[in-house]
Amino acid sequence: MKFTLSWLRDHLDTTATLGEITDALNRIGLEVEGVEDRGASLSAFRTARIVSAEQHPNADRLRVCRVDAGAEQGFGDVQVVCGAPNARAGLSVIFAPPGTFIPGSNITIKAGEIRGEKSGGMLCSLRELGLGEESDGIAELPDNTTPGQSYANFAGLDDPVIEIAITPNRGDALAVRGIARDLAAAGLGHLRPWLAGTVEGIFDSPIGWDNRFPEACPMVLGRTIRGVRNGPSPAWLQERLRAVGLRPINALVDVTNFFSFDLGRPLHVFDADKVAGDTLTLRRGAGETLRALDGGDYVADAEDCVIADANGVQSFAGIMGGEHTGATEQTTSVFVECALFDPVRVALSGRRHGITSDARQRFERGIDPALPVSALEAATGMILELCGGEASEVVQAGDAPRWHRSAALRFDRLRTLGGVEVAPDEAVSSLEHLGFTVRRRDDQGAEFEVPSWRNDIAMPVELALRADDTTDPAPVRASVAAVEAECDLVEEVLRLRGLDAVPAVPLLPVSPVPLPALTARQARAALARRLLASRGLVECVGFSFTSCAQAALFGETPDTLRLLNPIAADLDQMRPTPLATLLPAAARNAARGLADGALFEIGPGFGHPATPGDGGQALVAAALRFGHGARVPGRPAAPVTLWDVKADALAVLAALGVPMEALSVTADAPSHYHPGRSGVVRQGPKTVLARFGELHPAVARAVGLDMPAAAVELFLDAVPDPKRRRKGAPELPSLQPVRRDFAFVVGQEVTAEAVLRAARGAERSLIAGVSLFDVFEGGTLGEGRKSLAIEVVFQPRERSLTENELEAASNKVMAAVAKATGAVLRG
Amino acid sequence: MSDDLASSAPRPADPVPTDVADDLRALRQEVLDSLEAASDLRAWDAIRVGVLGKSGRLTALLKELGRTAPEERRARGAALNRLRDELGGAIEARGKALDAEALDARLRAERVDVTLPVGTPASGLIHPISRTIEEMVAIFGAMGFSLAEGPDIETDWHNFSALNTPAHHPARTDHDTFYLPPGAGGAVGSRLLRTQTSGVQIRTMLQNKPPIRVIVPGRTYRADHDATHSPMFHQCEGLVVGPAAGDGAITLGHLKGTVIEFLRAFFNQPALPVRFRASYFPFTEPSMEVDIGWSRATGEIGAGTDWLEVLGSGMVHPRVLANCGLDPREWQGFAFGMGIERLTMLKHGIPDLRSMFEGDLRWLRHYGSSPLTPALLHEGL
Repeated sequence: MKFTLSWLRDHLDTTATLGEITDALNRIGLEVEGVEDRGASLSAFRTARIVSAEQHPNADRLRVCRVDAGAEQGFGDVQVVCGAPNARAGLSVIFAPPGTFIPGSNITIKAGEIRGEKSGGMLCSLRELGLGEESDGIAELPDNTTPGQSYANFAGLDDPVIEIAITPNRGDALAVRGIARDLAAAGLGHLRPWLAGTVEGIFDSPIGWDNRFPEACPMVLGRTIRGVRNGPSPAWLQERLRAVGLRPINALVDVTNFFSFDLGRPLHVFDADKVAGDTLTLRRGAGETLRALDGGDYVADAEDCVIADANGVQSFAGIMGGEHTGATEQTTSVFVECALFDPVRVALSGRRHGITSDARQRFERGIDPALPVSALEAATGMILELCGGEASEVVQAGDAPRWHRSAALRFDRLRTLGGVEVAPDEAVSSLEHLGFTVRRRDDQGAEFEVPSWRNDIAMPVELALRADDTTDPAPVRASVAAVEAECDLVEEVLRLRGLDAVPAVPLLPVSPVPLPALTARQARAALARRLLASRGLVECVGFSFTSCAQAALFGETPDTLRLLNPIAADLDQMRPTPLATLLPAAARNAARGLADGALFEIGPGFGHPATPGDGGQALVAAALRFGHGARVPGRPAAPVTLWDVKADALAVLAALGVPMEALSVTADAPSHYHPGRSGVVRQGPKTVLARFGELHPAVARAVGLDMPAAAVELFLDAVPDPKRRRKGAPELPSLQPVRRDFAFVVGQEVTAEAVLRAARGAERSLIAGVSLFDVFEGGTLGEGRKSLAIEVVFQPRERSLTENELEAASNKVMAAVAKATGAVLRG
Repeated sequence: MSDDLASSAPRPADPVPTDVADDLRALRQEVLDSLEAASDLRAWDAIRVGVLGKSGRLTALLKELGRTAPEERRARGAALNRLRDELGGAIEARGKALDAEALDARLRAERVDVTLPVGTPASGLIHPISRTIEEMVAIFGAMGFSLAEGPDIETDWHNFSALNTPAHHPARTDHDTFYLPPGAGGAVGSRLLRTQTSGVQIRTMLQNKPPIRVIVPGRTYRADHDATHSPMFHQCEGLVVGPAAGDGAITLGHLKGTVIEFLRAFFNQPALPVRFRASYFPFTEPSMEVDIGWSRATGEIGAGTDWLEVLGSGMVHPRVLANCGLDPREWQGFAFGMGIERLTMLKHGIPDLRSMFEGDLRWLRHYGSSPLTPALLHEGL
């Protein structure tokens, strides 16, 4: 919403400066988005007249002028040396006294001598004022211009344009008068009284209303004005409209636009001679096309409220009129429409058709229901004044809706809700300035009648209880009604005083030492993040959606996870895993020449059946290593392998408190991994904690990463909360452990895990640890065989082991491994 | 150094007594010469064994002493003992010297170029968005807030309706919402990507009885993509609900106190100017926007005379409380919300929003923070 300072002053009697006004607007909730004060930089320039212009004695191209720039300011007779070819006696000009900054030339002029002749100022071109194009000479003002005026004032440039943001609840501030009312209530002056004169109709309107859609339009007024002479509107009106960003069209249209801004009251004018028949009908659209005033063609549907004549739709009610019946310079008879339209229907119609207009903006926020009659009178008056003619009687369909509402305030609530002590008299006075009237008042509180223009206060309570909520809504609505209007009133009182007046109070501590802010699951994510970063991986944040093709590389792409209205075709599918965005990020880095890297992201992946809730959103820590390790002396750069990421996976799981001995690893990772070099980490038979491996070369190539790459995905939701058991005393045996190595020959298909598990279980009371230290294939072992070398640590408890006991324990290990895996001891 | 050691090898310090037999004199000279000639510990050990070993020459002479004539035995014994002491000392000294020489040679051989790079993998880094969230958790955690979370795919009810934003509400046009196909039995538009994390506030109120103090950082989505908008971004909202009356009533004063404390701690400026302006949100009443002081010219926070909007807030609307099953006559509270990217960009002087999501390693290495940098109040943020 834009307005000029002078327009505001039509409604607000104030001595406040522009700065005070903008500060107050910000404070009271009418946020200032910009102030355009073209006059400020031109305040020193004055209108002047060249009294005489003589040839400079010492310079061919200069003239010595005697200038009258206003005797009252001491510039009644100034000598100015001027080089402009058009400087001549009798010309009205723009004069800059010494000390003036010339914005167009970036200089400040001084009094001095030019070639021996005194010069006490400068005569300026519009370019020098920063206003116009390059020109041959100085600006020529109209002949009858009085010398000594402020040029900015003379040219209408001293009227700052203020633009404010209007929140959806403040339809009343889409009017200069509404803004003035708020400012007056905030203590910045007085709202000037406004009363529209009444224009008596002297004939019956040849056009009448037929309202067949009263839900959409409870009340509509109109009247015909005949014998008008339409044409350009006067300069003051054109200036105002231009200043607020509107293009002056013609007087009749300009009048409607003026009241749209002045009173927040949109009007529409039909060329009465182009309306077919004698009736304008308000009805639902029926699929007809309307060429609207913006030149677009729109098809009216049954949810639209339209205004139609005998030929069909002529206007989208409250949104935009039609081109055919619009008022033009040839219009001699005009029908003025002034209606109340349902805000919701206007909003939805406008949104459906994609039409934005000043009318829609106002109707969808709600129009003052008490204003139509006087607004129509005011508009009639202005049309008659600007265009002449005579007005008919007013025709009307429907009645003003019942808008009277009351709102109660317990004064104590200013403190217990607003947090500030306000004297009751002060609160009541603030509300009265906003147009509230006191109905009843006592020590505890007061009840007010809400002004007609504040449709945001004490409105009927609409709730949105859950669909499955079976509680009776009536008492719930009553509980809201008991406090809601009061909240509105507290807000009004507070905002007029300024919220900076509310003292800031710290919350009382819940406990002297704060409790943990994170749940165990949240803490897991934080720990995983720090751990992965400390292992050299760099954290990324990727979009949760990607292209369907990209997502399909990593999992299912169900329709239920595809956006209906993506912002771009390649951002339409919810990603199954952060890998789906991490891998392209790696490819982009590689394309930039950063060929070796390690990235990770902790974020959502979608479509995981194991996680409850819509969309199967799982928290996934995904890490990706690509390219080679660092090249350092003595160590060749090795390509990343599954072992790198398996180490990442196990390090995270260990840090998260997962018992390592409870984990099993199987070779059934999904298809975005290399089928033979990837695995799944489970706890128990079902719970998948992680999957890892080298990426399938085809997947890497599909995103443009043609180099070794290995990844891990950790499912943080699946990690169980660590049991907070008290640890018993540690076992610290005094006897030395005994280590024995075994080399088993097994079939190629036997896993290391099977051998280790069998060995570990062979003699639980004695075996303290089992580890694999060598794998050997080929040689004399023959095809399909391999050798796994393990170390078993025997921990004696009470006394040292004898050779025989050690022998027996070793035999148990061999037997257990042989039984479980078919292994034989390597000879 | 080795020359010094060599020159300190034992030499006859005193003239050999005249009464010493020629054989001992010769032995002495021979041993001393060979010690001097010994260039390594092996040669030295051979000399030692040859002289003082079980069957060493001096050992043999001492053994023979018993067969010496009694009148000579005394003098010869004394001479042998002196010789044994002297040679023993000389051998030990030479041994030490050779030891030192050998160690010195080894150390010389093991010398390396200490300027060689060690090849430690480049340090990993935390994304600035995560960093900001950690800091928010630390600050609000100290004020008794805990962290709440909810799904990115929300229902229309949680994201809008329950928040007093019905379908026709003009505020909805500010949210360019991404929609997903409705689930079974749902209407088009009923399933969406959350445009704000407020749905988690709703879930929190439905699941927990007041008092409530939560912050909700998380991903949010709006169909907007240009230099200053990203279709995905992060918000952190906060919700406090407590009694509506009495000494424990949660008022707008608490909202101001909480927000001011947070902003000053986050920007590490105890006197950061904070301004409150009346505003409007469908889910709060009264509502306000919060500005901090900054300099438009330099971008410096807390300096200059300009104001920068960083946060929206207000007292929870009675309808929102009622929609969540809380009686607004009994309970009231405040809520606030802020853009995590915006605060991050301000704090670290990051010029471009979109770069946050591109995964460019050069950018990440510039703005990322070490995983060991504390996000703990007692160590400093």
